[in-house]
Amino acid sequence: MKQTCLYNSHLELNAQMAPFAGYDMPIEYAGLDSEHTAVRTSVGVFDVSHMGEVDIKGPDTLAFVNHIFTNDAAVLIDGQCAYGMMTAQDGGTVDDLLVYRHNADWFMLVINAANIDKDLAWIRANKSNYRVDIIDRCDDFSQLAVQGPSSEETLNAVLGIDCSDLGFYTFKVLPTGTIVSRTGYTGEDGFEIYAPAAEIIEYWNKLIAAGVAPCGLGCRDTLRFEAGLPLYGDELADDITPLEAGLGMFVKLDKADGFIGCDALASQKEDGLKRKLVGLELDTPATARHGFEVLNNEGEIIGTITTGYNSLTLGKNIAMALIDARYAALGTDVQVKIRRKTAPAKVIKKRFYTPNYKK
Amino acid sequence: MSKIYYLPTHEYIKVDGNIGYVGVSEYAAKQLGAVTYVDMPEEGDEVVAGEEFGAIESRKAASDLFSPVDGEVIEVNAELEDDPKLINNDPLEAWIIKVSIADPAQLEGLMDGEAYAKFCETAH
Repeated sequence: MKQTCLYNSHLELNAQMAPFAGYDMPIEYAGLDSEHTAVRTSVGVFDVSHMGEVDIKGPDTLAFVNHIFTNDAAVLIDGQCAYGMMTAQDGGTVDDLLVYRHNADWFMLVINAANIDKDLAWIRANKSNYRVDIIDRCDDFSQLAVQGPSSEETLNAVLGIDCSDLGFYTFKVLPTGTIVSRTGYTGEDGFEIYAPAAEIIEYWNKLIAAGVAPCGLGCRDTLRFEAGLPLYGDELADDITPLEAGLGMFVKLDKADGFIGCDALASQKEDGLKRKLVGLELDTPATARHGFEVLNNEGEIIGTITTGYNSLTLGKNIAMALIDARYAALGTDVQVKIRRKTAPAKVIKKRFYTPNYKK
Repeated sequence: MSKIYYLPTHEYIKVDGNIGYVGVSEYAAKQLGAVTYVDMPEEGDEVVAGEEFGAIESRKAASDLFSPVDGEVIEVNAELEDDPKLINNDPLEAWIIKVSIADPAQLEGLMDGEAYAKFCETAH
């Protein structure tokens, strides 16, 4: 199993470790709940060095990125990033990703760790005649996410990195080559830092020494879930389209030259979605977990839970579920099968927590 | 003086004559973090050694609970319905089910406290 450059630090901090996407990753340190709260109320730091980075360089960079990306990369200016997906011909999701525009001839893609091999193969297979170089940078970059309302002042005070000039979804490149973006996966203001291992270790050590809470993948999942953000493997998959996952705002079907999967997604939109990702509020002390069945009131299976938690911020059991679109209207009563019992649930908005992004 | 045995899946059984109190170990409670819910069987349900009889949940995870012995559920710990965190406070006191032990010989195949402590050290 692979280790990030901070592996020894995680052990020193007594992290509970577990395998994730081929890496031995920290799940929690002091505890999921306190780490979750630290990010919601002040600041926390995550080792997300497992994430993958790919550079696209060359004269056709913009056209190529737009060919494989559902969102419109053409609207980006230098130093700006965008969220979107790569979709297959049938509209299924290859991965969700961030694209960073350095300049017209150089973009960086940030992809999910679990999909690195698949994505690289996909990107290379679709290069056709585009004049681009596809450069695997995964081993060159380690990554930290500093997240929470105090992130900006923490980066300034502890690392001497002034980000007051960075708007949401913009980034800058420090003289050392380090990339700092105002992005994240928690529903809070925050930053992601890409740098070589030695520099990331130095940043991490300074942040920990300054009392910033180390946060594991446990609360990364509860935080993104509360903010209604999808996780590939749960809400997105090869057989789930971005439209079904409710991510239509990141799918630009009217882009001038389209993109791979565009036609299938346009048809799906025109025909109407057969299933939709919804939020559920459960009336039970039990938690609905990934894979549990969702039933209608007649007891027929209408879908499955994609993620569910006892929400720390809301104090109740909520879930995201991919269900038959006929039951997706807000307020619809459904049931969730939790082991041997069924629990009543109601369809609610899946953005359970309103993000506090700095626009 | 009651004797305690453990399963590799971190349930304990505290034995008092032919009655057993089944719960989860301190190690398991610590791994789970704050317990949010315990899914318990009903009084009168049969339990079977090595088979699942319920589940315990925290924010982090849900784990099935396995019975150390064959028997019948005499009582479930109703206090856990209102306050599942009792398990975090004192896992050995906060038993989950009280069972009649059908075959005391089954206990001999379980770990005692010392063996279990060693098991947890190497399991981690």
